[in-house]
Amino acid sequence: MEHLLSLFVRAVFIENMALAFFLGMCSFIAISKKVETAIGLGIAVVVVQVITLPANNLVYTYLLKDGALAWAGLLDVDLSYLGFLTYIGVIAAIVQILEMALDKYLPALYNALGIFLPLITVNCVIMAGSLFMVERDYDFSESVVYGLGSGLSWALAIALLAGIREKLKYSDVPAGLQGLGITFIIIGLMSLGFMSFSGVQL
Amino acid sequence: MAKQASAKDILLTPVFDNNPITLQILGICSALAVTSNLDTALVMAIALTAVTAFSNLFIAMIRTQIPASIRMIVQMVIIASLVIVVDQILRAYAFTLAKQLSVFVGLIITNCIVMGRAEAFAMQNPPWASFLDGIGNGLGYSLMLIALGVVRELFGAGKLFGHEILPLVKDGGWYEPNGLLLLPPSAFFLIGLFIWALRMWKKAQQEPADFKLAPQVKEGD
Repeated sequence: MEHLLSLFVRAVFIENMALAFFLGMCSFIAISKKVETAIGLGIAVVVVQVITLPANNLVYTYLLKDGALAWAGLLDVDLSYLGFLTYIGVIAAIVQILEMALDKYLPALYNALGIFLPLITVNCVIMAGSLFMVERDYDFSESVVYGLGSGLSWALAIALLAGIREKLKYSDVPAGLQGLGITFIIIGLMSLGFMSFSGVQL
Repeated sequence: MAKQASAKDILLTPVFDNNPITLQILGICSALAVTSNLDTALVMAIALTAVTAFSNLFIAMIRTQIPASIRMIVQMVIIASLVIVVDQILRAYAFTLAKQLSVFVGLIITNCIVMGRAEAFAMQNPPWASFLDGIGNGLGYSLMLIALGVVRELFGAGKLFGHEILPLVKDGGWYEPNGLLLLPPSAFFLIGLFIWALRMWKKAQQEPADFKLAPQVKEGD
């Protein structure tokens, strides 16, 4: 348990997806103008991340890994080079299914998250989560925890940035720095702040 | 972009006038983490340019055959296959670099530049123009990446491509390296400053402020 808790804390604060690994930057900057939409997208990312990471973990362990097809009688088959194609396929499929399921059973949630779901397929955070999971050899329970942690880390960062940007529009920024430029500098300062978490161990 | 844009325009517009990173806010995702030294920045730049160019080429070739409802999936499959090829080549010929780039090669798949150009340009244009557009956008991205890589490695570690340029104090030289430049936040600051510089040069790219500050006046004057 302790090990999983420490993995969770590390995923949320120290290895923050947006601020330490620069992932999901496109939507991070494009969708962070309002706190409400930022939180909506954040929640959608958490949900998708928690579902796709374990799913990709199963696919990797039982289909792609070196020798993983032993249960089918194929001992020396290593399909790990097909990884990228498979993960993105799984992600796209799950996002699509999630969208349809939400539409049918939870229309209120669908209306809140609906517009963000298609965006998520190409959000690097989801893909990166799966790739990090493979690179670091997480097992099934670790991948669930890591999915939750990394999703939350991104949601936290985008909610914070949106909060700052909502206030920022009343300030007097030099002409060339207006908009995108100042946003980058703010993200830099946030990232500097998050670096103070490094070294925290549970 | 005009319908009959010349090859040169297609190639060069994305480099300065419509740079994917500083103006279109695309592809920053996987880019910044690899710029702390020039080797990885250069490899990443080449890999992305190649993937964008060829995915644009192939998608433009079959653009009339792709049914609109599943075009995303078709584009994704083409891009993912190209990235697998790039990844396998890197692993075969430059294994240590591939290890340093870690997951970021795979993230080219979700890099918005590739998808964005496929969707916005290659679906409407013939293969040759699309290929050039891919190279142009790749170059725009490479330019930013290499500029960042040069600044970060030169001033952060006193080196370029791992060769010493500025002799460090700890090795008996005169240059005290700025360690911050090797850490993630510096990439954000630098890119912010690059955007500022570029927008001072090309005023048309400046964004208007949401609110204008009223001039300060004293009460009762």
